[in-house]
Amino acid sequence: MRYAMAIDTKKCVGCSDCVVACQTENNVPEGFCRDWVTESVSGTYPQVEIELRSERCNHCEDAPCVRCCPTGASQIVDGGIVIVEHDECIGCGACIESCPYDARYVHPEGYVDKCTFCLHRVTEGLQPACVSVCPTKCMYFGDIDDPNSEISNMLKTRKQKTLAPEAGTNPHIFYLV
Amino acid sequence: MRTNRRQFIKISALGAGGLAAVTSTTSLGGSFLGIFDSADPGRDIDFKRTATYCEVCFWKCAAWTNVDKEGNIVKIIGNDDDPHCNGRLCPRGTGGVGMYNDSDRLKTPLIRVKGENGAEDTFREASWKEALDLIASKMKGIKEKYGAESFALLKHGSSGAHFEHLFKAYGSDTIGEPAYAQCRGPREQGFGATFGSWVGSPEPTDIRDTKCLVLIGSHIGENMHNTQVQELAEAIDKNVTIITVDPRLSTVASKSQHWLPIKPATDIALMLAWMHVIIYDELYDDKYIKKYTYGFDELKQHVKNYTPEWAYGITTIEPTVIRETARKMADAAPAVIIHPGRHVVWYGDDTQRERAMAILNGLLGSWGKRGGFYLKEKVKIPKYPQPAYPHPKWGWEEVSEDFPLAQMGLTNEIIRSSIPEENTKHKVKAWFVSGTNLPKSIPDTKNLEKALDSIEFLAVCDTMPMDVTGYADVVLPECTYLERYDKLRSATNREPSIALRAPAVKPKYNSKPSWWMAKKLGERLGLEAYFDYNDYSEVIDWQLRKLGSSLKEMKRLGVKKFDRTSGPLYIADGEDYEFATNTGKVELYSTELADLGFDPMPKYTAHPEPEQGFYRLIYGRAPMHTFSRTSNNPNLSELRDENKLWVNPKVAKLWSLKNDQKIYLKNQDGVVTTFPIKVRITERIRWDSIYMVHGFGNANKKLSRSYGKGASDTEMITNVMIDPIMGGTGMRGNFVTFIIDLKSVES
Ligand code: SF4
Ligand code: SF4
Ligand code: SF4
Repeated sequence: MRYAMAIDTKKCVGCSDCVVACQTENNVPEGFCRDWVTESVSGTYPQVEIELRSERCNHCEDAPCVRCCPTGASQIVDGGIVIVEHDECIGCGACIESCPYDARYVHPEGYVDKCTFCLHRVTEGLQPACVSVCPTKCMYFGDIDDPNSEISNMLKTRKQKTLAPEAGTNPHIFYLV
Repeated sequence: MRTNRRQFIKISALGAGGLAAVTSTTSLGGSFLGIFDSADPGRDIDFKRTATYCEVCFWKCAAWTNVDKEGNIVKIIGNDDDPHCNGRLCPRGTGGVGMYNDSDRLKTPLIRVKGENGAEDTFREASWKEALDLIASKMKGIKEKYGAESFALLKHGSSGAHFEHLFKAYGSDTIGEPAYAQCRGPREQGFGATFGSWVGSPEPTDIRDTKCLVLIGSHIGENMHNTQVQELAEAIDKNVTIITVDPRLSTVASKSQHWLPIKPATDIALMLAWMHVIIYDELYDDKYIKKYTYGFDELKQHVKNYTPEWAYGITTIEPTVIRETARKMADAAPAVIIHPGRHVVWYGDDTQRERAMAILNGLLGSWGKRGGFYLKEKVKIPKYPQPAYPHPKWGWEEVSEDFPLAQMGLTNEIIRSSIPEENTKHKVKAWFVSGTNLPKSIPDTKNLEKALDSIEFLAVCDTMPMDVTGYADVVLPECTYLERYDKLRSATNREPSIALRAPAVKPKYNSKPSWWMAKKLGERLGLEAYFDYNDYSEVIDWQLRKLGSSLKEMKRLGVKKFDRTSGPLYIADGEDYEFATNTGKVELYSTELADLGFDPMPKYTAHPEPEQGFYRLIYGRAPMHTFSRTSNNPNLSELRDENKLWVNPKVAKLWSLKNDQKIYLKNQDGVVTTFPIKVRITERIRWDSIYMVHGFGNANKKLSRSYGKGASDTEMITNVMIDPIMGGTGMRGNFVTFIIDLKSVES
């Protein structure tokens, strides 16, 4: 079992519903977010293109944040989901430094927080909050070890990329382009 | 700009400590760790959910408000059975929690206190009794002195409907809403003149099954009209051809196979050329045209000289592109949609531009066809017993009578009638404003302020201290949609349905639902017979029982669907079908417009262009905001708390502008924005135009998150081009230049 997410940039409209749904689902404090939307523009008017991406922790296979965590609070659980056990976190911030995706923040209560793939929902058989709210249904979440899952099929049929592959962390958020 | 009589009160003048703020913050309780504990019940099932429909915009998506054990509203999730949202709210609907939690909310009734010896006016807190007594006595006074007709209601949304009932019972039909003359009026009249049917809301565009979607200045995806966006994505999955006409690379333009970066204000020329190609290259279905349309020969003659080559000189769109896109539309026909758009008051010839869109749809036979426009239907909600309304001597129709096709009250004419110097037949003396922030929805601020200064009384009902509340004599704090009952939702769709809005929690602070305010005012005016219930839920239950349901059932379902009774969703091929026009046909040549003395077929008129150093002001939407209504929402302002000025890099270079540099804007009439705006240099906008998102630059300090953030486009709209057919206020003929030296403005 290996959870991953594929996000179709051809459909995403950059509305940030995924961000708001995450905030209300996970009670993310005001001023912080676990996911966010970026826009890149290329070309010159009128030959212009834009790409909209909903970004979050990449739940890296080779996660530097886990490797550098002195207490073991940052860890990989079943399905490859990278989490932070808040009780074990001393808020030293080493993981924040090590993450090439800027996916983590210090919660006002002192621990480090980030996207959990909504593990509490996934264990209940639900989709992550961002996936289940997205009005364009452009996000696919599931098990890439299962060759028949929707996400596996998307990854088989569509051109894709990951962000900063050169960082060598083996990220698991795929962008369909 | 501040007037003497109705001096604007920045609600902050009221000591912050003066408000009994009962704050309650959302807290999920427990430690984060808890969620990894398998003994922890999933949060989704742990909440009490209450049916509602969203009020953050007019789409009215049905949803479930989730409340935790401590009584906090935690999240709002779309109702899976709702055809307006299919279980998925848009970001604003998801962020509706913020509307409830916003600590800047209006908390208690306020009454204006005149400043003595030149001191500023202030508000004092008042009891509901005081506030309602005062409004009722003013309503009585105006009625005695001038007639009830002189008290106007300017409104929007669900709460407006309750006050509409009150005003009709009181004897005033002088009612208007910006949603018509400042927004979608022209399209209703343009499509109405062609097909005999308004477009209505939600639009009956069959996007999910369309093969070709043509968007002219319509930016689905930046406007999050929920099912439109959902179906757009569905259509993309099915390889739809999208043709977007826009001087700006909008989000949807970036997803289009054909983006036509048109010179602004020339859309009618492009559409005439499209008609020319479709007709002269014989791309239409002859049988369809003969059976269903009226005036084809006249149209053919009319567009004879409007070749793509002619249009090229006007629109800057290459003739080959015009031909190719016309062919794409025809190939897809009748599964093609030339989308009517929504906010369509641009240049004053807007009904004619909408006519051009409707004619294209008519030529391609898409009305009533799969992948074109479906035949909409809605549930008729039974009328709760009440006496008949009195007949006012005059009302919105008389006020709007200079515009023969005005089919709803024109706010701009009501405003004009409120200014003594204006030569109007009827005079308006007082306003009740509900759910619409006039300084952000009405162009020509000076004129609006003149009216505000002239009227004898102004009551404002809102949930937030929006700019308009600063002008009020009495402010009524309304509770949010999450805390109240409202009318049942019934809107046109493929499948008729109704939705319930019930309160998930008690009203916070000292706020009240508008049905209650309307009833209490009615009782003070001797209109008890019109409010024969103690709680609005009684009205809803009575109506639901007539429909074969009940409040109890609807609390469980949220949404209920009904069978269609008007016939199939589409017109069958060759079916005898009568359109509700004079001729019973799709009118390519409008007999209605001809009878009224207007052009029966649209003509292109050149509109003014910016002078040297000026740029055309184009404004639009951000997906996470509904105009100024959400700009202070704690969840949504985090995503975007200001608007920025989109400037083409060439223009930026000319002015040596840097990204995020703050500048003021000055328009052709010398009006300068109250607040500066940050520059965003981007290739997404033409060099002759600038773009900004509407709804920012709030002037009320009480809006702690949005006060002074970004600039207001509405302030820059002083040149208003009135549509002679239906009275819409064309707002896209304004040009701005930049003031780089901030001190020159601030000193
Ligand atoms: S909710 Fe969906 S469409 Fe909106 S920004 Fe997120 S991924 Fe994109
Ligand atoms: S994206 Fe950052 S936080 Fe997430 S697993 Fe990779 S390194 Fe760790
Ligand atoms: S489209 Fe969004 S804001 Fe409008 S009613 Fe639906 S969820 Fe609410």
